[in-house]
Amino acid sequence: MELVCPAGNLPSLKAAVDNGADAVYIGFRDDTNARHFAGLNFGDKQIREGLKYARDRKVKVFVAVNTYAQPSGWPRWTAAVDRAADLAVDALILADMGVLDYAAERHPNLNLHLSVQGSATNPAAIGFMHRHFGIRRVVVPRVLSLAQVANLIENVEVPVEIFGFGSLCVMVEGRCLLSSYASGQSPNTYGACSPAAHVEWRDTPQGQETRLGGVLIERRGHGEPAGYPTLCKGRFTVEGEIRHAIEEPTSLNTLDILPGILAAGVSAIKLEGRQRSTRYVSQVTRVWRDAIDACKRNPQAFRAKESWHQALAQVSEGAQTTIGPYHRPWH
Amino acid sequence: MTMDSTQSQSPRPRLSLGPILYHWPREQVLDFYAEMLETPVDVIYLGETVCSKRRLLRPEDYWELAERVVAAGKQAVISTLALIESDGELKTLKRICADERFLVEANDLGALEFLEGRHFVAGHSINLYNQRTLAFLVARGLKRWVLPVELGRETAADLLAARADGVECELFAFGRLPLAYSARCFTAYNRDLPKDDCRFCCGDYPDGLLVATQDGEPFLALNGIQTQSAGTHNLLPSLQEVTRMGVDLLRISPQSQNTAGIIEVFAACLTGEMDLAAGMSKLRGWTPSGLCDGYWTGQAGIANSPVERRV
Repeated sequence: MELVCPAGNLPSLKAAVDNGADAVYIGFRDDTNARHFAGLNFGDKQIREGLKYARDRKVKVFVAVNTYAQPSGWPRWTAAVDRAADLAVDALILADMGVLDYAAERHPNLNLHLSVQGSATNPAAIGFMHRHFGIRRVVVPRVLSLAQVANLIENVEVPVEIFGFGSLCVMVEGRCLLSSYASGQSPNTYGACSPAAHVEWRDTPQGQETRLGGVLIERRGHGEPAGYPTLCKGRFTVEGEIRHAIEEPTSLNTLDILPGILAAGVSAIKLEGRQRSTRYVSQVTRVWRDAIDACKRNPQAFRAKESWHQALAQVSEGAQTTIGPYHRPWH
Repeated sequence: MTMDSTQSQSPRPRLSLGPILYHWPREQVLDFYAEMLETPVDVIYLGETVCSKRRLLRPEDYWELAERVVAAGKQAVISTLALIESDGELKTLKRICADERFLVEANDLGALEFLEGRHFVAGHSINLYNQRTLAFLVARGLKRWVLPVELGRETAADLLAARADGVECELFAFGRLPLAYSARCFTAYNRDLPKDDCRFCCGDYPDGLLVATQDGEPFLALNGIQTQSAGTHNLLPSLQEVTRMGVDLLRISPQSQNTAGIIEVFAACLTGEMDLAAGMSKLRGWTPSGLCDGYWTGQAGIANSPVERRV
């Protein structure tokens, strides 16, 4: 089981490599990837240096080109695919069928992964993508329980990667338009959810307010901690009651079910967080490396160490973590 | 430009009725379709697209309804689930796709695996965002696609210009917008019920459960595992534009009240029997939480475009 770690810049890539990543995933500096944030991602110089650093240490580098191209921007996506092919990256992570079709035709030897943004959650969908584009791995959306993941693995010929840790998408990835409904920009069209340029913080007599595209997505008491302003984690009024109508401000942590993940035959675990700090990348990579190694040595005796949980809690968004959809009662 | 001069260039779009997105009692569904057969829609989509636990109507019931739709001189399309997770869902999907009497609408990528090689419709939850995806799916048998709802007129125009002959473009033209799908049932979640014991509480909200912002603005509507916009997306103000562009079909998404009236308004505005201002004033009175059309003009979906505000 491979450990796939995030990097939003060169120092983070090096931190992931140094702390035990088997692979690092990165993106270019534009809307062709789903972490299109200011000051983030890789230019040519950083990529070349990062690739050399990783390769010298036998760590793979994957490039995500995992947003959806519209006709007016199409050349940017094909250029991103060509660039990744020229760099001979270890895998290209794609979501858009048109982009997959282009990549498979133009660069038949390129190793293609279907991104979580590709929204394939069942053997028929994965089989379709495999048959047409020769995908060699699928990252499955965070909607399946662990039992469903295990069942999926038995029924597809493509190795399966899952998200193990980090910020939690509640909706099936690739088909969530909540962000563009409020702000005009979504992960699919722009490469960011609840983009920072559309977020407004305001101190009012009623409390601290967060607005996305002018829509009030959270109002909390003075002194209550403010999370990352993702609209699905905000509080709204439902039948007269103010509550987290979609999800609490919680993040995903599957450390406790690692033996089950291993037993299910999962090929790779991905850690979320290309937008996070180098410290975050170092910390979570180290913990997950140690945990996976311990679990592989003796899955029966595996217990997540308290020190690992503490280390992860230090860098988690918000205080709460959840096993999320892998655990059926979450649904 | 008047409607008459546009008609000489492009045929008027036809009207379609989308699948019922909500969990209505069986009798209400049957009465609804009996009424819809009398309306000027040309195409009716039938089937459960949101939750596989909703089984008040089985595929056999929808096929029977489809026969009646065809007998009424309309086209019947069988629509399918938007998020396929379990073996049971996949089996049902396969069975629906294996029936070749009617055109089938794919809403999950998995459906493409079963529909390839015959004619099919790609629904708005299939991510068809560019000309290469369109051409790829046309080569697999696509005859019609519904534009993903977050895409606007620029991309629609580019795709229309790139489409092969005989391939139809449909727009989601009226209704609460389907925005997201999840493993979680949000209706049950907000009733503090586990999904496995949901008691079909989504049936209590025939147009979805309203989520308002803390300052009282309607924002979203929860419909089981689907999250919708609270605002009703409405392309009536852009009728001339979509006609000129050569859009083939405009989809009206069923709501529990006034769907027949809404169809009449669209039909009358398309022929020019009713002017847009009169049509808009009727529609405004028939929506649970107001109108929006921002996606179409490249803004936030919740916005009202300048075109909309002028009418």
